[in-house]
Amino acid sequence: MADASANGAFVEFERVQKSYDGETLVVKDLNLSMPKGEFLTMLGPSGSGKTTCLMMLAGFETATHGDIRLDGTSINNIPPHKRGIGMVFQNYALFPHMTIAENLAFPLEVRKIGKAKREEKVKRALDMVEMGDFGGRRPAQLSGGQQQRVALARALVFEPELVLMDEPLGALDKQLREKMQFEITDLAHRLGITTVYVTHDQTEALTMSDRVAVFDDGRIQQLAPPDQLYEEPENSFVAQFIGENNTLEGTIKEIKGGLALVQLDDGGLIDCKPINVSEIGQRTRVSIRPERVEFNPARLSDDAHTLKAEVLEFIYMGDIFRTRLRVAGNNDFIVKTRNAPGQVRLKPGEQVEIGWLPEDCRALDAA
Amino acid sequence: MSDLKSTGPQTMDAPTPEDALHEAKALNAEDHRDASGRLVTADGRSLKSSLNRALRLQKARAMMLIAPLLIFVLVTFIAPIASMLFRSVENEIVANTLPLTTDRLESWDATQGELPPEAVFQDLFFDLFLAAEAKEHTKLGTRLNYESTGVSSLFRQSGRRLDDIGEAYQDPLEDLNEAWKEGAVWFELMSGQGQTSDGVVTNQIDRFNKLTSSNLRGDIGFAPSEEIAALLPKTTRAYTAWAVFTVFEDEDVVAAEDPWEAVYAALALDLQSPGAADRIAAYDGPQAELLQEAAANLEILPEADFTAAFLDIDEDWGDINRWETFQVYSPKYTDGYFLNSVDLQKTPDGFEARPENERIYITLFQRTIFMSLVITGSCILLGYPVAWILANLPTRTANLLMILVLLPFWTSLLVRTSAWKVMLQQQGVINDVLVWLGLVGDGSRLVMINNQFGTIVAMTHILLPFMILPMYSVMQTIQPSYLRAAKSLGATNWTAFWRVYFPQSVPGIGAGSILVFILSIGYYITPEIVGGTKGVFISNRIAYHISSSLNWGLAAALGTILFVVVLVLYWAYDKIVGIDNVKLG
Ligand SMILES: Nc1ncnc2c1ncn2[C@@H]1O[C@H](COP(=O)(O)OP(=O)(O)OP(=O)(O)O)[C@@H](O)[C@H]1O
Ligand SMILES: [Mg+2]
Repeated sequence: MADASANGAFVEFERVQKSYDGETLVVKDLNLSMPKGEFLTMLGPSGSGKTTCLMMLAGFETATHGDIRLDGTSINNIPPHKRGIGMVFQNYALFPHMTIAENLAFPLEVRKIGKAKREEKVKRALDMVEMGDFGGRRPAQLSGGQQQRVALARALVFEPELVLMDEPLGALDKQLREKMQFEITDLAHRLGITTVYVTHDQTEALTMSDRVAVFDDGRIQQLAPPDQLYEEPENSFVAQFIGENNTLEGTIKEIKGGLALVQLDDGGLIDCKPINVSEIGQRTRVSIRPERVEFNPARLSDDAHTLKAEVLEFIYMGDIFRTRLRVAGNNDFIVKTRNAPGQVRLKPGEQVEIGWLPEDCRALDAA
Repeated sequence: MSDLKSTGPQTMDAPTPEDALHEAKALNAEDHRDASGRLVTADGRSLKSSLNRALRLQKARAMMLIAPLLIFVLVTFIAPIASMLFRSVENEIVANTLPLTTDRLESWDATQGELPPEAVFQDLFFDLFLAAEAKEHTKLGTRLNYESTGVSSLFRQSGRRLDDIGEAYQDPLEDLNEAWKEGAVWFELMSGQGQTSDGVVTNQIDRFNKLTSSNLRGDIGFAPSEEIAALLPKTTRAYTAWAVFTVFEDEDVVAAEDPWEAVYAALALDLQSPGAADRIAAYDGPQAELLQEAAANLEILPEADFTAAFLDIDEDWGDINRWETFQVYSPKYTDGYFLNSVDLQKTPDGFEARPENERIYITLFQRTIFMSLVITGSCILLGYPVAWILANLPTRTANLLMILVLLPFWTSLLVRTSAWKVMLQQQGVINDVLVWLGLVGDGSRLVMINNQFGTIVAMTHILLPFMILPMYSVMQTIQPSYLRAAKSLGATNWTAFWRVYFPQSVPGIGAGSILVFILSIGYYITPEIVGGTKGVFISNRIAYHISSSLNWGLAAALGTILFVVVLVLYWAYDKIVGIDNVKLG
């Protein structure tokens, strides 16, 4: 599904730049290509330009530079109301003066669809989001989750090929959020809709998407399927932004055989996989996922480098243990271990030796 | 909270409604109930009363905060308006000025085509005499002149010649005996002996107070005896009236002054009344001989014919229509002002339309409402796009432009209106430009002022901010994402505006319209200056009646009608659009 070939792309951003004020670029050199039916999430901190990208795609903002193509046609040549893009807004934007049914009927009406057909479609769309009984209500009389589902139904009722959603679940509580996440992905896949989904919640991005585009500073930092994003972050921003992550600062001592030897600032030596470092003597930030750290060096190969650590805190969390260590001057080194039979429970003050497989440890840029 | 409950009664010293509500919830769970099954608080008071108490405290606090304004508004606004509205039906001046006449006139039947009986003219004489002395009769004349033109001068003239009527009786009496000239003799005679009749004095003091709208009390140093009051009822009344007047108005001593002519006339009437001679002969009080001498020489007094006397002063007194008017306007409350306000007039049997040339108010009301609607409409048309632009500009630019909208507020209303005069008059700026452009000939300059056009233009300009401000503040709350959503759903720009944006801006239009319409329906200065005769509003007429014609009753009635019209329109608006659909921000 994720094999986006340049000519089969449904949505394409090519070298897109955007500036609101003519002084700063909000979007810098955006390149993106989506095949039909893909569920793509734009993930990034606040102000990173996600909404701006969405608005350019929907045609409410024009790109300062570059080209956006929808099914091969440049979007600048199609007025917004002819693009057939369903959109779910950050604040739902349900028309407050219309009932739910009227809201859903609106896109059908402007498309001059007959009354009978219209009613049938509205009913089907409402049933789809399990809101069949609420057609006569006003948006203000619905809960946040219900409004969200109506907004979704309204964006889908006219059967668009592309749906854009801007943080649609931002206002919901955790439980409802998870339920809706599932419902949205389920719907999108069932109807074969191409979806661009914006969020700054990484779990949401990881669980829902076919591919995730991590935004920062107006650029896509990494565009990859969730598992790849988590396990193989391409730079230290992505590594830190996605999931929990331990970092250690150091300098590259040597690179050979696909491995880099890094000397940490306190003198300790570790083996890492070099990702975007190449020169000896370069500063680097080493990233290790908490669940990949090993307490028991016996399980590692004999020549593996290990580090000394002091236990600062042990937190029992039911399914996992969370141990906070001091490692090479870093007091926030977290290790997660499964609550399995025979698993060691460390006590604060204990001295231990830790290690990991070199391929789990990624030497990234020091930024 | 739960451990508080278990340790002892809850203290409720400073309850807030929230406390009470929490209490209610907590109690529901534990279900404290009294004997009759009502929910109670932990200390046994009924839950409802606890809650009420808590809410009452809050209300009292809120009340205290608004009290200064409330009192201010009550004293300076509501009370004057209420009294003004009261004036629209109040008509006490007739009964207060001519109490005896209006009383007696009640039983007169105007449809018989005959003048009221002699007794009415006699009462009129005494009423009018006192009123003329107190200089109150002209006020009544002015009042009744609204209903029947010419009454004013009739009263003024008659007031001057009432003395003549009285002198016809005074002179023969004084010729008969010089003692009638003596104030002291009169005082002795009227004081009589024995039991005094204080009721007569109180009555006359009340009458005097009502006539002069004052509130004087106290001892006048005179009281007739009951005997003399029974013997000479009319004289007693007239003399007491004079005595009250002498003390309160002239601040003299009763015993030292000669009574006025009306007292002699009253004496003549008493002497001429049937059976008077016998009763006087039997009288033995002070100055009885003087009285008996006069009674014995009745032939020197002229026959009492007040009807003829009044007709002699002015033959208008013989006009039955006048008397009809007096009778119709005798009651203390009248709907006359209201009838007048809608171009009707009162007749003894109902009401009828006023003569064609006196009908102005219905036209004025219609014109006022029509022009206010036109002004409101043009304010909507001109203001909506401006408000829209303001609401969609960045805040900084919007604030800057808002100053332009508010700029008119910083200039005196008079200056702005006068500026329109300069602009619109025939030798004014606009005409000059049009002539210069060759669009109109020099001879056919447009008439744009002193007519409805001028009023509409100037008032639209003046009231425009009142339309723009509420519309702007409502439009500001309409998020741009609604329009975007509509467009993304396939609506063209126009459909998105008309179906999505416009309905949401209606509350602003509603609020602005109500403001502008209510302001313009009562507007005064601008129509006065640029309206000419064809462009004035009902308020100009009200102002005229308040400050020029001094017909406050009519002004009040017109104002009341205006007020009711506004209320009705407001109600209609509520029915059609819904008043909760009005947002000022
Ligand atoms: N209409 C605008 N005019 C000027 N600057 C804007 C405008 N809209 C957004 N920006 C700026 O562009 C940058 C990116 O904004 P954008 O709304 O795309 O962020 P975002 O990634 O959607 O953030 P969030 O997660 O908070 O929604 C921000 O710095 C913002 O201040
Ligand atoms: Mg956003």
